Amino acid sequence: MGVEQPLGDNIITTSLDALVNWSRKSSIWPMTFGLACCAIEMMATGASSHDLDRFGIIFRASPRQADCIIIAGTVTKKMLPVIKVIYEQMPEPKWVVAMGACACSGGIFDTYSVVQGIDEALPVDVYIPGCPPRPEALLCGLVKLQEKIMKERNSFGNAIGLGERMGPLA
Amino acid sequence: MADMAENNRAVVKLKGKYASSILDVKEFRGEVTVTVKKEEIVEICRFLKTELSYNLLTDVTAVDYLGIEPRFLVVYNLYSIPNKDRLRVKAPVTEEDCSIDTVSVVWQTANWLERETYDLFGIIFKNHPDLRRIMMTDDWVGHPLRKDYPLQGPGREPYKGRLS
Repeated sequence: MGVEQPLGDNIITTSLDALVNWSRKSSIWPMTFGLACCAIEMMATGASSHDLDRFGIIFRASPRQADCIIIAGTVTKKMLPVIKVIYEQMPEPKWVVAMGACACSGGIFDTYSVVQGIDEALPVDVYIPGCPPRPEALLCGLVKLQEKIMKERNSFGNAIGLGERMGPLA
Repeated sequence: MADMAENNRAVVKLKGKYASSILDVKEFRGEVTVTVKKEEIVEICRFLKTELSYNLLTDVTAVDYLGIEPRFLVVYNLYSIPNKDRLRVKAPVTEEDCSIDTVSVVWQTANWLERETYDLFGIIFKNHPDLRRIMMTDDWVGHPLRKDYPLQGPGREPYKGRLS
């Protein structure tokens, strides 16, 4: 529109943010990692009737290949160091989804052995309520994550040393 | 029903051999429980296994009667595979001498079951080959299944009911 297109329709002119964010949100690769009954719903969401693949969401069996971790279940204090190591093994940029009441707040397990919400240890991007959330709720949460990724500004520029990363535009 | 416990094959034999060590015999809904002195626990267990063929130790656990002495009862649930019957053995343990001999020399499976009881109740099993925590982390402080352990863990405001 405002930009001249001397090369015709074969070239699309866009901003780097739009391209990078679009490619990131279209290929969220979550870590294959489940903790409790929420993981069963997560598997159901990945299976054919809900089919996460249509969002480009493909579970990866290694944190080295994942850019998202869905905390699907109760986090015990004994498990927390393991989750921290997995999170640290994931390359930037990375996102955290707290799936279900336990991952959000400890849920019904208000007790000595359970972490009262994974946000005590990891920076959570999306909270999904439910016990456990239905696959539709997980899909909704992941779409919210995609929307959040689309709002990032200069995160790629910052990664290659060009300027500051700016907060998402509200 | 009271004589069901008295006529139990194990109770009859135990009373004949260890009469001075038996503190109590009870029957409830067909389950027979024998309470014995903790000093004799290994010898009685060995007798139950070798002479009365209680060859399976299904569980070792404990009960905390906080405020009552003896504070703990260590509970052994036995099963005889050839005779298809069960027996529960209990032994009282006081708070100041919070220990009992290990029965892992009788049943190998007592090794981990006693570790669990040690981990959650803090009862020391003397002569145990490997008395480490089994469920909580190695650096855990306290024994969570004791009645005086705060339910939500130390350092947290206790639950005061719903606020809303």
